[in-house]
Amino acid sequence: MIGGLFIYNHKGEVLISRVYRDDIGRNAVDAFRVNVIHARQQVRSPVTNIARTSFFHVKRSNIWLAAVTKQNVNAAMVFEFLYKMCDVMTAYFGKISEENIKNNFVLIYELLDEILDFGYPQNSETGALKTFITQQGIKGQTKEEQSQITSQVTGQIGWRREGIKYRRNELFLDVLESVNLLMSPQGQVLSAHVSGRVVMKSYLSGMPECKFGMNDKIVIDKQGKGGASDEAGKSGKQSIAIDDCTFHQCVRLSKFDSERSISFIPPDGEYELMRYRTTKDIILPFRVIPLVREVGRTKLEVKVVIKSNFKPSLLAQKIEVRIPTPLNTSGVQVICMKGKAKYKASENAIVWKIKRMAGMKESQISAEIELLPTNDKKKWARPPISMNFEVPFAPSGLKVRYLKVFESKLNYSDHDVIKWVRYIGRSGIYETRC
Amino acid sequence: MCDFPFFSLVCTGEIFELKAELNSDKKEKKKEAVKKVIASMTVGKDVSALFPDVVNCMQTDNLELKKLVYLYLMNYAKSQPDMAIMAVNTFVKDCEDPNPLIRALAVRTMGCIRVDKITEYLCEPLRKCLKDEDPYVRKTAAVCVAKLHDINAQLVEDQGFLDTLKDLISDSNPMVVANAVAALSEIAESHPNSNLLDLNPQTINKLLTALNECTEWGQIFILDCLANYTPRDDRESQSICERVTPRLSHANSAVVLSAVKVLMKFMEMLPKDLDYYGTLLKKLAPPLVTLLSAEPELQYVALRNINLIVQRRPEILKHEMKVFFVKYNDPIYVKLEKLDIMIRLASQANIAQVLAELKEYATEVDVDFVRKAVRAIGRCAIKVEQSAERCVSTLLDLIQTKVNYVVQEAIVVIKDIFRKYPNKYESVIATLCENLDSLDEPEARAAMIWIVGEYAERIDNADELLESFLEGFHDESTQVQLQLLTAIVKLFLKKPTETQELVQQVLSLATQDSDNPDLRDRGYIYWRLLSTDPVAAKEVVLAEKPLISEETDLIEPTLLEELICHIGTLASVYHKPPSAFVEGSRGVQHKRLPGSAGSGESADSPDTGSAAGVSEAPPAVIPSQGDLLGDLLNLDLTPPTTSGPPPAPSSGMQMGAMDLLGGGLDSLVGLLHAAPPVPQRTDTPQSPQLSHQSPSPPDYSPTEVGPGDHAGPVKARSPAMGAGFGAPPTAMPASFPPPVSGGLDDLFDLGGSVGMPMGAYSPPKSIWLPAMKAKGLEISGTFARRAGVIQMEMTLTNKAMSIMTDFAIQFNRNSFGLAPAGPLQVLTPVGPNQSIEVALPLSTVGPVMKMEPLTNLQVAVKNNIDVFYFSSQYPISMLFVEDGKMERQVFLATWKDIPNDNEAQFQIKDCHLNSDAASSKLQGSNVFTIAKRTVEGQDMLYQSMKLTNGIWVLAELRVQAGNPNYTVSTVVCHVLCLC
Repeated sequence: MIGGLFIYNHKGEVLISRVYRDDIGRNAVDAFRVNVIHARQQVRSPVTNIARTSFFHVKRSNIWLAAVTKQNVNAAMVFEFLYKMCDVMTAYFGKISEENIKNNFVLIYELLDEILDFGYPQNSETGALKTFITQQGIKGQTKEEQSQITSQVTGQIGWRREGIKYRRNELFLDVLESVNLLMSPQGQVLSAHVSGRVVMKSYLSGMPECKFGMNDKIVIDKQGKGGASDEAGKSGKQSIAIDDCTFHQCVRLSKFDSERSISFIPPDGEYELMRYRTTKDIILPFRVIPLVREVGRTKLEVKVVIKSNFKPSLLAQKIEVRIPTPLNTSGVQVICMKGKAKYKASENAIVWKIKRMAGMKESQISAEIELLPTNDKKKWARPPISMNFEVPFAPSGLKVRYLKVFESKLNYSDHDVIKWVRYIGRSGIYETRC
Repeated sequence: MCDFPFFSLVCTGEIFELKAELNSDKKEKKKEAVKKVIASMTVGKDVSALFPDVVNCMQTDNLELKKLVYLYLMNYAKSQPDMAIMAVNTFVKDCEDPNPLIRALAVRTMGCIRVDKITEYLCEPLRKCLKDEDPYVRKTAAVCVAKLHDINAQLVEDQGFLDTLKDLISDSNPMVVANAVAALSEIAESHPNSNLLDLNPQTINKLLTALNECTEWGQIFILDCLANYTPRDDRESQSICERVTPRLSHANSAVVLSAVKVLMKFMEMLPKDLDYYGTLLKKLAPPLVTLLSAEPELQYVALRNINLIVQRRPEILKHEMKVFFVKYNDPIYVKLEKLDIMIRLASQANIAQVLAELKEYATEVDVDFVRKAVRAIGRCAIKVEQSAERCVSTLLDLIQTKVNYVVQEAIVVIKDIFRKYPNKYESVIATLCENLDSLDEPEARAAMIWIVGEYAERIDNADELLESFLEGFHDESTQVQLQLLTAIVKLFLKKPTETQELVQQVLSLATQDSDNPDLRDRGYIYWRLLSTDPVAAKEVVLAEKPLISEETDLIEPTLLEELICHIGTLASVYHKPPSAFVEGSRGVQHKRLPGSAGSGESADSPDTGSAAGVSEAPPAVIPSQGDLLGDLLNLDLTPPTTSGPPPAPSSGMQMGAMDLLGGGLDSLVGLLHAAPPVPQRTDTPQSPQLSHQSPSPPDYSPTEVGPGDHAGPVKARSPAMGAGFGAPPTAMPASFPPPVSGGLDDLFDLGGSVGMPMGAYSPPKSIWLPAMKAKGLEISGTFARRAGVIQMEMTLTNKAMSIMTDFAIQFNRNSFGLAPAGPLQVLTPVGPNQSIEVALPLSTVGPVMKMEPLTNLQVAVKNNIDVFYFSSQYPISMLFVEDGKMERQVFLATWKDIPNDNEAQFQIKDCHLNSDAASSKLQGSNVFTIAKRTVEGQDMLYQSMKLTNGIWVLAELRVQAGNPNYTVSTVVCHVLCLC
């Protein structure tokens, strides 16, 4: 299991070091600094083996987190733990920065003691942790409170404590999707997929039992068989095929496996209920049509057309098109119909920004790029044109059908809960080769 | 630095001031002081001098302060064991505290204080805590047992903690169960033989129940533990799989990967024809693809594992090629792994897409990635024959870019393509030669030299080119030197007139001026060859090289199988068995996939059969190396180093001593057989071939196990693959075996006589046509195969009184289409009592008719007196052609494809030959030994031969070495039709 955990700043100075196993010596700390942080070469692998000791690292801004072991550990678990560690720290003191870590080092040690015992990850749900790891110290706990804490930390529902009360029972559902595209210069879709998340903010009293429903093709088809046929035909069109989904640990997976129903007792506050991936029938909100022409050895003409492809009543926002330019660019002249475009020499790209754009519209930019003559034999790699945007719908076509809340012990019903649903589609890696 | 209050100590370092603060009465001040101490501890400063003062702060009801002191204790107790005893009382007291959090904290910390004296005091509190009413304390105590075991294993056993820990598996709280499982698994790992984790259906059931309820981490512990269990039958296996599959939807990638591990392992036991088997295969793909949208580090772990899964079960992801396309801003480690998997998944169906992608990648920035992409193009050419042409033209385009490392990589892979498709793409040589000057890497130089040498006859200025390399001979790396030597010798053999000087020069450079024993040896071999027998030299050096196949980069099956059992762990990331990177006894146990359940239908299922076979296979000789792509011809171009073991044994070594003895030696021995010794040594490009031809028979790479293959587990397991003979055309299977066995018998009979010249067996002459029946003409004769030509050697004796002239000969239609290749060359008349020797070359293109017996040949001989008829039987071995050496891979596949009806067995009695002699003897008759294995004192030779009509015969020959009579006991004969 994990033998030790170190946190370094960008210079390689140790901010936190916690050793769990005898086989990890102090020299391991230096080995990682010398071989990874100070290594001249770019990091070639997140797992490094130095003298039979394995180092797993992740980087958050300029902070390095490294887990060390000499055993054949579950590598996926170690990385998942490191991410979780980052999440927990962020939940406690915000951004992971050198300053925050130094100011909270006592807290971090306390957390590490709790969530990693002898290198075995333990309950690391912030909701539970916050009940007994506080920076104020635990005061005046009664015996009941104490046993409530322990039963929550070890219990089946480790992510939620009992006795939560809200005057107004409210929940927010965000369907956040990032649509990824790789398109050939000829407009052929090389690969496209949507990776989506359903993020829930719940402010519900007691231990509510929730049931979440969406237009999942499998569910709808199943219902369609039993129900009226014309309705099934109607809704069948709107259903989507989900390639795969994963759930927060509160969701009863065996129930999903057998009935494909998503039922759970939610954690309090904000959390990610599910992630999903779809590849079929994706609405690609924008199409990029590039045209690059080399005029002699010192000039390049670029024309890029973007077309929005959704309902005219909807507005896309924060549109940004990034057109890469060769390294030896000496000057750029840009003309665009809409928005603002600028050549950014430091990024080797023309960045074209449009604040808003309605559906079924088209816009165009053309640029002349002057090149310095070089004797570099190597050809310019022509990185793809990438695009960023935000649209108020789910490109996968996912729709939330219902989210039912049942709380039998307290006297509020599903109707009393105020529910909000929002869809946001963002660009993931949305690239067109040119 | 001094901006941070607690880190300021590093600047000032006033220990005594701290001492005062620690002894202060004010709690707050105390706490601040301890914080400062911890801060300096973190940055590596020695604050052990403060030990007594810090320990004094321990007795407090402030939990936060207590935790800080404990933290200090854990760090320094070891260096000050006597002082640490001072803390024991507090611990023992805390273990009785009414607050469960404090009880747990005490037992947790105590376990971390790794001082022998303390551990004695730990036992009692630990025993209580293991039975504590609070689950939080119990789950902490469970881990504490593992801690204690790490310090003092004997103590844990004596105190009976292991049994208590086992009881915790039945605990009502899932997290306690999970921690107990984790602790037990770790303890069991250091006791490989103990039956500590006594997994039985009842405990498995408990674990599966806990699986649904515990934390994500607990699920990982339980799944990893489940993976060590071997279900009793396929039904149990299926029910476990059914309960594990929901985990594939977990948000935690480690849970998903561990579930995949369990499923991959238990699937081995499921009959393939089961519906559930197919369902399971389908269920595995989406979660694996989803892993690729995780953070890059996890993607890397996932990709390394997918690489293994794809090799074991390519069907799972065969339609998912697109998700492995590289994204522009993937980290380099993700890019390289994706590329590897793309090649593995490349097939005729998707090759166009893959090539387009690879071409795109070859223009990227990262040098390693570009190199790998270029190599990948070459691999595609070798893997998918239909794409070869396109690949070559793509490579040529890339060479035109003149980017140095691209050109070099391209040349290296083009050489491989030449090896795979000889005489097809040689037109590109001119383009390659243009880039000769820009090559500065040994591998590329060696590849180019090989090409020049191999095709010297088509390159006008080959001598000049090679000569230019010769100038700096001693500065070149060994692989270039070796290649240069071979290439110049080839050149000399092809164009002896102009290059004599050159060859002398290189031979003297290699033999006299070099310190490298390999180079010298090779030089001397060539020298002697050339000086003693230039014709033989030609045969050796310019021998036709076996084709290369794409299988070289697969991880060899035993290792693959072990790694599949380690999915998700570091071993699967490194692609090395745990023993290669873990010290001590931990993880040295070799995990194996379970065999088939032994039920009737699963015995027929090819996959389970092969799994069983693989599990006992000796390690193949292909060393698994990090860079799979680079390996295609690695063996030949890597200079044989004088220090360090050759790659094959060393990979065997990693497998552990058992395997080394079990199979490694075997295969090494076999290797000597499989390879005709001289060419291999002298002509480097052949050596990689050697590695895959070399025995270790059941090297079934999973990809080859095709559907509808009937090899049952038994056959696969005890590589009964042997050999057969004879594969007659469809018409005649029934009648075929006897003559074959007869032929073999003959071979062996003769083998008994010592000192027989090596070469094809030919029976002694016998009288075919007695003089009485043919008006005084007596014909005795035999058949022989000489230099690839079947000859009928006859002695015609004239026992009549008159002169005989005008001889002619004709054959009736026969089984193998034998016909005279020319007229009977009897030029002078044969006088009375005169005899004449005639050798008649035969062709095999004549009309075919099945004969009874099969090898019967009816002949008509005419002379000036009359026409005479006789019939004779030729030994079947005449028909074995020289290229009857089957590729080992092909051999395996073919063997398994042959239905059992086509198998026959014979005993060959009284053969006084050991297996090696038999093998070389048989080789003389074009019966090639493909592999050899020794099982329980029995040598098993696997042999192939090819008949003139293109039919392959495979045979297995078992030689009981222990038997004083050296009896060849069995020949299994397989009859098939491949035409």
